[in-house]
Amino acid sequence: MADITQRQAKTKLAWRAHLKPRSLGRAITTAFLFLGAWVMIFPFIWMISSSLKPTDEVYDSTFSIIPKTFKGFENYYGVLFDQPYLIFLMNSMIVCVGILVIQLLTAVPAAYALAKLKFRGSNILFGTVIAAITIPINVTSIPIYIGLVKVGLLDTYIAMMFPFFLSVFAIFLFRQFFRGFPDSIIQAARVDGFTEIEIIVRLILPSAVPAIAAFSVFSFVAHWNDLYWPLIVVQSQDKMTATLSMMQYQSNFDTDYGRTFASATVVTAPMVIAFLFARRLFIRGITMTGVKG
Amino acid sequence: MAQLTLKNIKKSFGQTEVLKDISLEVNDGEFISLVGQSGCGKSTLLRIIAGLESPDTGEILIEGKSVTNRAPKERNVAMVFQDYALYPHMSVAENLSMPLIMARLPLHARLPFLRFVAPAARRDRPVIAAGVEKVAKQLRIGHLLDRRPAQLSGGQRQRVALGRALVRDPKIFLMDEPLSNLDAKLRVQVRSEITELHETSGLTFVYVTHDQVEAMTMSDKVALMQTGELLQVGAPNELYANPANLDVARFIGSPEINIVSADPGVGLKLGNVNLPAHLQDVVAGDLKIGIRPESITVQNMPGLAFANAPDNSPTLAFNKRLVEDLGPELLIHGTFEFEPETPIRIRAQKNSGYSELGPLTQTEKLKVQLNANALLFFTKDGKRLDLTSVPFQAKEKNEELV
Repeated sequence: MADITQRQAKTKLAWRAHLKPRSLGRAITTAFLFLGAWVMIFPFIWMISSSLKPTDEVYDSTFSIIPKTFKGFENYYGVLFDQPYLIFLMNSMIVCVGILVIQLLTAVPAAYALAKLKFRGSNILFGTVIAAITIPINVTSIPIYIGLVKVGLLDTYIAMMFPFFLSVFAIFLFRQFFRGFPDSIIQAARVDGFTEIEIIVRLILPSAVPAIAAFSVFSFVAHWNDLYWPLIVVQSQDKMTATLSMMQYQSNFDTDYGRTFASATVVTAPMVIAFLFARRLFIRGITMTGVKG
Repeated sequence: MAQLTLKNIKKSFGQTEVLKDISLEVNDGEFISLVGQSGCGKSTLLRIIAGLESPDTGEILIEGKSVTNRAPKERNVAMVFQDYALYPHMSVAENLSMPLIMARLPLHARLPFLRFVAPAARRDRPVIAAGVEKVAKQLRIGHLLDRRPAQLSGGQRQRVALGRALVRDPKIFLMDEPLSNLDAKLRVQVRSEITELHETSGLTFVYVTHDQVEAMTMSDKVALMQTGELLQVGAPNELYANPANLDVARFIGSPEINIVSADPGVGLKLGNVNLPAHLQDVVAGDLKIGIRPESITVQNMPGLAFANAPDNSPTLAFNKRLVEDLGPELLIHGTFEFEPETPIRIRAQKNSGYSELGPLTQTEKLKVQLNANALLFFTKDGKRLDLTSVPFQAKEKNEELV
């Protein structure tokens, strides 16, 4: 009995000794994380807060999170009902899904070839792929724009999707992932009579679900949030993506910031909600590919 | 008749020559083992037979027809891989049915959705199911059909891999070290199962292994490879009793063969024993003599079976260092007195008079006799000298030895 109490006392002491020097370090760590979280979250808070204010209050020198005059209803009503908001959302969906599907269709076979097939010049080809990652869209946008003008495809869905059909990043990501797939299984499949496409569809893809999920989120978010390219190639309102529709409240003479922020909130919401749902899958995909986003 | 012929196969990876002009003939229904140390090219050769690699030059014939430029599928061979290579996200039943689906159904009938309506798919589905069932029964894995490979033990995975190879009724059955991932006990069991499978199926088997015991126990014919060349092809016993060169003699047999040099001084001598005079005429320079561990008999140790060596067998002095008791037999390590730097292993059967030895590591001088008929002679560079039954002389000289 005495032995037990003694041991308890000992563990208690050890526990305290363990806690004490760490508690200060912990406090600092927590404070640091709070600061980081605040930096990340504050723009969102600002966005939501401003979306509830009239324009002149957005410009007010004394910033407060709680709006003095509440214009939330007017702002959100204007965004959701004075314009074809659902059309914008649908356009965004069409563009993002279209881009993603073609990206997967092109990147998966290319990545498989680079990861698992032996052919002359595969290393050079892969080097080219890596090099292509470094070229930003701004470099290629003017030639592509001129091309689209020439074939008369401006102001269409195709125009919005076309530059993104080939994702070099996807090829790289999938190639790294596929390399981990055992060669012997592929060889067994060849002996069993699988075609190369069947090897991809029946064997590689089911094992690559985390990588595909991770890339899908990357791609979807990137193109959902893309303002630059739709702004260049689309003029008519019925083709506008949700992100582009925010620009409608800006003109040379007058900008309705309350509504712009309300619009931004409404446009961001679907992505944030989707991310919260798919968070676990997303993180697993990132860690499994060894690519830290 | 699934006869397999390899003609002058050569293969290089970059600068390294992996296979140097391999020619091999495998008869229908034969079980042949390709055996050799890792890196000798045996797996590459197997993959060339399967069609997973193509040879730089040479020809592969199955049933007398050249398949050198055919895809693996068209060769109708089946292969079992070292790591089983089961399709990870498919159930055992799906794994087993895949080769049949690929062989029987045309491409359009294998597509998603369409495969449920295509007439070929509808017609062949019961046939495929029956095939899977038959193989599952044969390999006693019927209760595992719904499981995934990850849920199976090593032995079960091995069976599924065998079943997947068997289900298609291939012409040739290729196996790449299929037992090396199993534990020792299971290995012996599956070994006999594979032998049985070979007998019941009557197929041609090509079996790659680095383990000479597997090769010796399972095959009709053993092909021993080293650095891309075939050293010797023959029945297991032939390789053991009649090796073509020193490397074959060293590789085959466990424990390894003992190699001692004969003294090239005044007359050829093995220790103090004179070698037959005619050997001197055949061999210029050093002579190497291979003695199997069981061809040496210990004469002055009680309780060991005494093999009757021919009269002319030489007797030598032996320094015992260590004894390993293997149950029915002893493995005695030591050296011959005349060549103290070469370790020698002796395999001695116990008989009924055997009682516990003293400390196993005790050094002791023994008198041992070599079976004159079982000695193997090699030249210095390892070539075998075919000299059967060497008559030793100077019997009285042996007496001086011990």
